[in-house]
Amino acid sequence: MQWEIVIGLEVHAQLSTSSKIFSGASTAFGAEPNTQACAVDLALPGVLPVLNRGAVERAIRFGLAVGAHIAQRSVFSRKNYFYPDLPKGYQISQFDLPIIGQGSLTIQVPTTTTGQTYKKVVRLTRAHLEEDAGKSLHEDFHGMTGIDLNRAGTPLLEIVSEPDMRSAAEAVSYAKMLHTLVRWIGICDGNMQEGSFRCDANVSVRRPGAELGTRREIKNLNSFRFLQQAIEYEAQWQIDTLENGGTIHQATVLFDSDKGETRAMRSKEDANDYRYFPDPDLLPLAIDNEWIEQVRGTLPELPLSKQARYIADLGLSVYDADTLTSSREMADFFEATLNEAPKEAKLCANWLMGDVSASLNREDRDITQCPISPQQLGGMLKRIADGTISNFAAKEVFKILWSNGGNPDTIIETKGLKQMSDVGAMEAMVDEIITANPVQVAEYRCGKEKVFGFFVGLAMKASKGKANPAQMNEILKRKLAG
Amino acid sequence: MSLSINDVYKVARLARLGVTEQEAQTAHAQLLTIFSLIAEMQAVDTNGIAPMSHAQDITQRLREDVVTEHNQRELFQAAAPQIKKGLYLVPQVIE
Repeated sequence: MQWEIVIGLEVHAQLSTSSKIFSGASTAFGAEPNTQACAVDLALPGVLPVLNRGAVERAIRFGLAVGAHIAQRSVFSRKNYFYPDLPKGYQISQFDLPIIGQGSLTIQVPTTTTGQTYKKVVRLTRAHLEEDAGKSLHEDFHGMTGIDLNRAGTPLLEIVSEPDMRSAAEAVSYAKMLHTLVRWIGICDGNMQEGSFRCDANVSVRRPGAELGTRREIKNLNSFRFLQQAIEYEAQWQIDTLENGGTIHQATVLFDSDKGETRAMRSKEDANDYRYFPDPDLLPLAIDNEWIEQVRGTLPELPLSKQARYIADLGLSVYDADTLTSSREMADFFEATLNEAPKEAKLCANWLMGDVSASLNREDRDITQCPISPQQLGGMLKRIADGTISNFAAKEVFKILWSNGGNPDTIIETKGLKQMSDVGAMEAMVDEIITANPVQVAEYRCGKEKVFGFFVGLAMKASKGKANPAQMNEILKRKLAG
Repeated sequence: MSLSINDVYKVARLARLGVTEQEAQTAHAQLLTIFSLIAEMQAVDTNGIAPMSHAQDITQRLREDVVTEHNQRELFQAAAPQIKKGLYLVPQVIE
C-alpha cells in the first residue's frame, strides 16, 4: 500500500537591517561576543523596545511579493519560555495578528528526467516578525555554558507554509524559491552558513485521501541538502514505524548530519505552553495603504513575471527561464547580454547556462564576479548569429575574453577566426580528404552513414575550425555521394 | 470558568515561582476573584466592537533603521556573576 508524505515548512529569514528589531544595536555578523548586545537586548531593568521601521518595510516587501494580505493593524505578543540565551524570559513575536496573511509561491519541481520540471503552487499561511535569541556555546567552559547575545534581537521574518508539499524534492524547490525571492527583493542576504535562512520541516505520512497523520518537526536545517536528507529519513522512519504497528507521537526532532538521521529531542514537560499574550510594551503596529503603495513602487520585477516573459516573448523553455531567474544578478546579466544581441535569446541562454556557468563553477565564482561583461559576451554572440564565426571558433574567442578580456571583434580579426565561406577552398579541402581516406569513403558509400562524423571532424580540422558548418556539410554530402 | 489548585501550581512552575501550600491557597482565592470579574465582563455584549490589544487606543511609533548603540560590554559585564572570553557563563544547559 502506498504512503503519502505531507510536508509544511517554517522558514526563518533574517532581515537585512543595519540595526536590531527593537534596539539600536548593530546586526553585523561575526563581531566579538556581546559587543553588539545593548541594554535592550540584555533585558536590563527599565528598558523598552522600539520597533525598527526597516524591519516592517522588509516584511511589507515580502507580503507584496507573495501576493499576501498585509495587515493594517498587527500585534506583537510575548512567547514565554526560559532559556539562558533569551534574557527577557520571553521572545517578542506575533501570534494571532501577524503582519502578513495568506499568500502563495509558485515553484518548479525537477522530475527524475534531467531538464524537466512541473509547476506547483504552495500556499503560505502567514509570515510574522519576531526577534532572534542569542547563542549558547556548550564547549570548554568546565561545566558552564557560554552565552553570546550579539544575535539576540536580530529581526526575523518567520514564513509559514501550508502542508502542501508531497516530497522532499517539492520541499527543497519551495525552500530554494523562497531563498531566491528574499534575496531578489533585498530583504535577506540568504547566507545559510551564517544562519540567515533556516528551515524547520513539519513531516507526517498518511494513506492517500486519509486524514493528516501526526507530525514531527525537524528543527534548524541550514542547507538544502540537509533539508532533503532529513525529510527523506524522517518520512521513511515514520512509514517503517507505522508498518511495524507503532504509532507516531508529536515531537521536535534534530537532524544529525553526520549520521544522516533524525533524533527526538528530550521532550520537556510543558515545552509548548508558551502562554502568548499581547506585549504591553508595544502598541499595535499600523500600516496604511500609502506606505504599502510606496513600497510596491520600489519592488523589482519578480522572478515569476520574468519567467513568464522569457517563455512567452523570448520562446525559452520553462527550464531555461527557471535557471535564468535563479537570482536577480543572473537575470540582469542575461537581459544585459540580450540587449547586445537582441533576437538571440536561446543562444544567450545556452551560453550563460553552458560555458559561462561551467567556467564560473570551475573558479568558484558567482555571476557578479564574471570576468566577461554582458557587452563582451553579447558582442561575441552577435558574431555567431550573423555567421562571422562558428560555434567552434566562438569557444576560442570565449577563452581569450575570459582570461585576457578585450573586444570580441578585435579578437576575431587578430586571431583569424572568421568563418570560411569560400566554397572553392572548401571543395578543395574535401577533395583532399576523400583522396586520403579511401577505406572510409567506401564504407560510407556502402551505407555506413556513421562515418560521416569522421569526415566532418577532418574537414573542420583542415579549416582550423573556420569552415561554415552548414556549408561544409553540404559539400561533404555532395562529394561523398560520388 | 473554574481554576483548580493544580492549575495554580502549574502556572507557578511555568513561571519558575516556588510557592508554599499557603501561598498557593491565597493565590488560588485571589485568582478566583479575578476570574469572576472576567466572567462578569464576558457577559457584556461586545458584538461589532473590535477587540483592543492594548489599554491605550494608539499605535506604535517606529524608529529609523540606524545603529545608535556602541559597545559597552565591559560596563554590562561588570554586573555578571561569571564571564569568560567575552561570554556570560551560566550553569550548563544541554538539550
